[in-house]
Amino acid sequence: MNQPNLVELNNITKKFPGVTANDQVNFSVRPGEIHVLLGENGSGKSTLMSVLCGLYSPDAGDIIIRGTKMQFRSPRQAINAGIGMVHQHFKLIESFSVAENVILGDQSIPQVLKMHQIKNYLTKLSQRFGLQINPSAMVWQLSVGEKQRVEIVKMLYRGSQVLILDEPTAVLTPQETGELFRTLREMTATGRGIVVITHKMHEVMEIADRVTVLRRGRSVATLEKQQINQQDLAWLMVGQDILRQEKKKIPPGDKHVLELKNVHCLNDQGLPGLTDISFTVHSGEIFGIAGIAGSGQRELAEVIARLRPVSSGDVLINNQAITGCSPRQAIDHGVAMVPEDRLGTGLVPNMDAMDNLILKSYRNKSLRRGPFLNRTLTREKVNQLVSRFEIRLNAPDAPVKLLSGGNLQRLLLAREITSDPQLLIAVYPVRGLDIKATEAVHNLLLEQRSKGLAVLLISEDLEEIFKLSDRVGVLCDGRITGIRPADATGVEEIGLLMMDAQNQGETTI
Amino acid sequence: MSQEIFVAILATAITAGTPILYAALGEVLAERSGILNLGVEGMMLVGAVSGFICAYETANPWYGLVVAMLAGGMMALVHAFLTVTLRANQVVSGLALTMFGIGLSGYLGQSYVGLPLPAPFKIIPLPALSDIPVLGPVFFNHDPVVYLSYLLVPMLWFYIFHTRAGLQLRAVGENPAAADSMGINVFRARYFYVIVGGMLAGIGGAYLSLYYVPSWMDNMIAGRGWIAVALVIFATWNPANALWGSYLFGGIDALGFRLQTLNVTVSPYFLKMLPYIFTILVLILVTKRNLAGRIGSPQALGLPYDREER
Ligand SMILES: Nc1ncnc2c1ncn2[C@@H]1O[C@H](COP(=O)(O)OP(=O)(O)OP(=O)(O)O)[C@@H](O)[C@H]1O
Ligand SMILES: [Mg+2]
Repeated sequence: MNQPNLVELNNITKKFPGVTANDQVNFSVRPGEIHVLLGENGSGKSTLMSVLCGLYSPDAGDIIIRGTKMQFRSPRQAINAGIGMVHQHFKLIESFSVAENVILGDQSIPQVLKMHQIKNYLTKLSQRFGLQINPSAMVWQLSVGEKQRVEIVKMLYRGSQVLILDEPTAVLTPQETGELFRTLREMTATGRGIVVITHKMHEVMEIADRVTVLRRGRSVATLEKQQINQQDLAWLMVGQDILRQEKKKIPPGDKHVLELKNVHCLNDQGLPGLTDISFTVHSGEIFGIAGIAGSGQRELAEVIARLRPVSSGDVLINNQAITGCSPRQAIDHGVAMVPEDRLGTGLVPNMDAMDNLILKSYRNKSLRRGPFLNRTLTREKVNQLVSRFEIRLNAPDAPVKLLSGGNLQRLLLAREITSDPQLLIAVYPVRGLDIKATEAVHNLLLEQRSKGLAVLLISEDLEEIFKLSDRVGVLCDGRITGIRPADATGVEEIGLLMMDAQNQGETTI
Repeated sequence: MSQEIFVAILATAITAGTPILYAALGEVLAERSGILNLGVEGMMLVGAVSGFICAYETANPWYGLVVAMLAGGMMALVHAFLTVTLRANQVVSGLALTMFGIGLSGYLGQSYVGLPLPAPFKIIPLPALSDIPVLGPVFFNHDPVVYLSYLLVPMLWFYIFHTRAGLQLRAVGENPAAADSMGINVFRARYFYVIVGGMLAGIGGAYLSLYYVPSWMDNMIAGRGWIAVALVIFATWNPANALWGSYLFGGIDALGFRLQTLNVTVSPYFLKMLPYIFTILVLILVTKRNLAGRIGSPQALGLPYDREER
């Protein structure tokens, strides 16, 4: 390939108050390649790509596009230079239609919008790349996978030659991921360059033409396809070996910590969200919930944490019904939860780590001095937690919304686990985490299990479910379609239970 | 009630509603871009006094109207600078603007209080249209500023919902980060719409001092700016709804006035309360409706935007 590189980033440095997110990073994109950017949580991947797409201005370094040095002062200039980015957190306007989102910011269309023509054009454009979208649909009605397609169409519409996808697969099902990768391959055939950020090793092996590894803000290596192997990549990323803890063979206890009896509830649209759910989780047991996204996982977690009303049936903790309890009473009964939406439901984005860590325990007598908080004592406790759970804080009193995904999750787990729960509900606990953080979270869960905690693990990743769970319940369309022991069951059988019921669901529509 | 009185009340409802309408249209634009401007009352006052002074000195109400527009725009520029560039709290900045406007207009108007305007706006019955029974005298027997608002409302409605620029305006107010990432200049858009909003508020204020009263009195806006702010919610940020909402409030205003002349014995203080009681009722009803449905305020309303902020 002797065409010039589409993109060259030379010695990019970007500092935020208290952190150097990128430290003299080098990176390039060739025409027709898929370049994977790899690195731990907080290693500066999103920051580097935000520099490339004109969102952040670098403190030092050069951006060279097709041989010309550029200085982006705004995303518009980057878009005009052919750079398009699908951000980790989608940048879509929920109350707009798909078409309105796609044409947003395009100055070449006539002032008076002819939505009909635009929609026709978009349908054609998306079909050409095998991306199914409905231009008239409202964005808030779309699933995550569909939203992502809209983001990609947005970039294609603006004529992007370089397409950056920041952790596109974190929220996708395996089928959707497969589809996405096929689409990306097709796009490289037209000479486009694609950058993909991911934490999943098998995806790197599957799609990467080249890999660049970032560690703590520095680019440590760029490998060609032939040189890529999993061990090396892990080493480059983390700089140390990753400890894998095997599942302890202590059998679960027989205490019924959580019991659901014929639980029904409604979803946000007022339709049946859960139908006739019954199961039991014992002490010292990890009970995995498998299922395709949107099969009632969120509703299930919320019903148990008392965030969602039950229309009929009972939820019991240690044989005591908590069906009519408030969330706080549920907490007092020993229910802890790591929700799906870390910053929205789990943590208070604008408060610092200390305040977030004591959100559940501030009522304890031991942390108080009369009506006031004992700040010296809380700070001490918090410091212990921070070192025990290896939470990396840039500044102790910075709002937690500035933390990277992995650190947010550790913070949340630290708070929930130390609240001495009987039951821990973990919803997608490793979504968006790097391999090291994933291992750490898994080890934490296993450790708590061996201490007698009951864990309800909700995940889309069957590998994770099999690795951790004692028993697996399969959720589909708001029903439990089967409960199997994890050791004596194959992935295929679980997959079938997920699929089977899915087919039924489709035929009833 | 005889038909004549009925028609007269409706016609007054329109003139009384027009200053509120202009101010509300301006606030619709500002809030659509994500900036809450509680300085409407202040901007209207400064518009009213500067418009009056200019029209008094030049004996031409049109010059007054233009000056009022500029004055309102200048006031809004201060708000834009504080809230967009310095990212100050929009509520505090807006309240400060209102207090400032009350003081400034009082100071500027000191020597003009109670003076009669030599040449206020005049009623120009529209040929043919004004001869239509009932509708004619209600809608087409007014001054040019009212006719202008008839044009402005559909234009703004079309602009907001059917043009490229309107789409960008709404995007900036819904999700500035998304708009920015698509290459829309969020800062420029917010400055622009806040200033245009101030200009419209200035016109609304001047309408009172150049036609409705027409004279300058201390604090003559008398809370109409606040009604306009409430009306924007009532109108769900839609210019078309703002139109009939304004006339409704204008009608209550006019009714109070008429009842007095008809010798109905209601305390004038009670009548003065009516529009505000109604505002509170409307707010209760509208927020209930908004909670139920998905039509809500622009998502980013009141939030400052910083590109490098997470
Ligand atoms: N807008 C910001 N303001 C302050 N600090 C920031 C900001 N964005 C990122 N950081 C910090 O810069 C570092 C790199 O963050 P970045 O989001 O680029 O990591 P990442 O590699 O994308 O991680 P992840 O895998 O969790 O998405 C982190 O320490 C983060 O806390
Ligand atoms: Mg990231």
